[in-house]
Amino acid sequence: MNPEHAAHGLLAEFPSPAALLQAARAAHEAGFRRLEAYSPMPVEGLVEALGSTDGGLPRLALIGGIVGGVLTFALQWVSVTIDYPLNVGGRTPAWPGLIPATFEMTVLGAALAVFFGVLLRSGLPRLYHPVFNDDGFAAASSDGFFLCIDAADPLYDPRQTRSFLENLQPVRVAVVDA
Amino acid sequence: MSSVGVHSYGSISQKISGIVLTAGTARWWVISFAACSLLTLVFFGAIGYLFYTGVGIWGLNVPVVWAFDITNYVWWIAIAMSGTFISAVLHLTRQPWGASISRFAEAMTVFALAIAGMFPILHLGRPWFFYWLTPYPNVMALWPQWRSPLVWDFFAILAYLLLSLLFWYLGLIPDFATLRDRAPGRGTQITYGLLALGWRGEARHWQRRQSAQLLLAGLAVPLVVSVHSVVGLDFAAGNTPGWHSTIFPPFFVAGAMFSGFAMAMTIVVLLRRAFQLGDYITARHLDNLAKLILAMGLVLAYSYVMELFMAWYSADRYEIYTALNRMRGPYAPVYWSLIFCVVVVPQALWSRRVRHSPWTLFGISILINVGMWLERFMLIVTSEHRDFLPSAWGMFYPTIWDWAILIGSIGFFGWLLLLFVRFVPVISMAEMRELIDHQRGAS
Repeated sequence: MNPEHAAHGLLAEFPSPAALLQAARAAHEAGFRRLEAYSPMPVEGLVEALGSTDGGLPRLALIGGIVGGVLTFALQWVSVTIDYPLNVGGRTPAWPGLIPATFEMTVLGAALAVFFGVLLRSGLPRLYHPVFNDDGFAAASSDGFFLCIDAADPLYDPRQTRSFLENLQPVRVAVVDA
Repeated sequence: MSSVGVHSYGSISQKISGIVLTAGTARWWVISFAACSLLTLVFFGAIGYLFYTGVGIWGLNVPVVWAFDITNYVWWIAIAMSGTFISAVLHLTRQPWGASISRFAEAMTVFALAIAGMFPILHLGRPWFFYWLTPYPNVMALWPQWRSPLVWDFFAILAYLLLSLLFWYLGLIPDFATLRDRAPGRGTQITYGLLALGWRGEARHWQRRQSAQLLLAGLAVPLVVSVHSVVGLDFAAGNTPGWHSTIFPPFFVAGAMFSGFAMAMTIVVLLRRAFQLGDYITARHLDNLAKLILAMGLVLAYSYVMELFMAWYSADRYEIYTALNRMRGPYAPVYWSLIFCVVVVPQALWSRRVRHSPWTLFGISILINVGMWLERFMLIVTSEHRDFLPSAWGMFYPTIWDWAILIGSIGFFGWLLLLFVRFVPVISMAEMRELIDHQRGAS
């Protein structure tokens, strides 16, 4: 099999977060857009260096919270006013008594939205990914810092991209099989 | 400052994942696991007998209808309160020293909460109907009583348990990925691989995870306060003298923080010793935790004083009698022991020497845990045993089954913790790597 054809992209390993950050900036400046960086811990500024930002989780939390709270309040309201009004000693149901459960479910709704939001937006769980084909990639969860240029990038050229990456002083550059 | 600076990214992975991935198991682990397994059997055996026979096997009866069961419940849920709280507050205030203690604090929360959640079910006369607490369409056309704190409690525990689990798991995903990549055997690889959900450390994933952790931490803090306030309301909503007090929700929250910090201290000292984690969990951690315990202890002492003051100020003879009866009635030894454990003993923490001696801290934290259990027992039982009519007075004496369930639950907690320290990284490796980065940046 010709690796140049079946390549997922080119993977360069860097010795430190600073080197990775620099390489990511350089690659983005060179015009590469289908870039991905892998590191064993969050590196500040890396996402911006790759030229993308990703917000939206706080909004998801807000929506989840509103859904949880409104549904819980509505459920209780229906139960105490329409389905089963309970009049004990002239004390008809009042809304303050419905607040604790509403509050708890608001928080739970927001938390569930955040948690599943992270996973869905990140495309996880996804147990297989081409970068795992690289034998040294296991270091990405310990002490390796990787930059991957996708073969689908318009500027991608097996030879030129490789020499571009090699100029960034990586530990090594390798072709990742698709 | 903690001394992770001497470590590299690689040595952190090696040290912390090594605890999990090593083939051999330390002798102390095997012995304590055997002991805790035995107690776990006692716990579930006692529960089985309880379900088979009924709550009559316990010492409770009219007028003391809440005794060890609810004492255990409040005690465990209080221990559960501070784990997620510690971790969330340290996260929100961006305290780098928190990285090494938040993981097991969260684990402590999840386990203690799971145990706490069992007790309200155990104390039901007909435990198989516990699901009546949930609103679900049913042929009886019945709904939960929404105005009851017991129903609020159900929602509060549910929300807190799920949020704590999610918070804990979200923090664990990258560490499971590290274990997957370092696992020696195929089986371990697959297990941790599945748990890691395919985590590969992509920059955007990290960013989302950080954002999510911050959000969950922010959500957790008010939730913690609400959960234990609702526990306080379980009592305050009753008209029993000694319970019927607006001070209960904040008073219970203070007590919960206090006992949770103490349990965290108990575990941190043992963990640090067992795995030689002195580089990660330093004297500074213990010192800070001790200061928190001292501060919460003072808040709690103030609450005790206010409780007495309010009893006197109410001019209600039943309230006054209950307060005096606690101090000189048949349960007076419980009252004075708890005052000793909870108010007197923590004052030793003013001394810097005490705060820097792990085993003294361990002893103090054990005494506080005992004291806090006695406090709940005192609050619950002394209020019930002598209420309005002297003809209805009575005493509570625990039976062997009361003790079996209390001691068994402690064994079960230890059993879960031991499994946790053996199979899950006890310290967040990702956060320790960040910490190295910070320290290198600073120097």
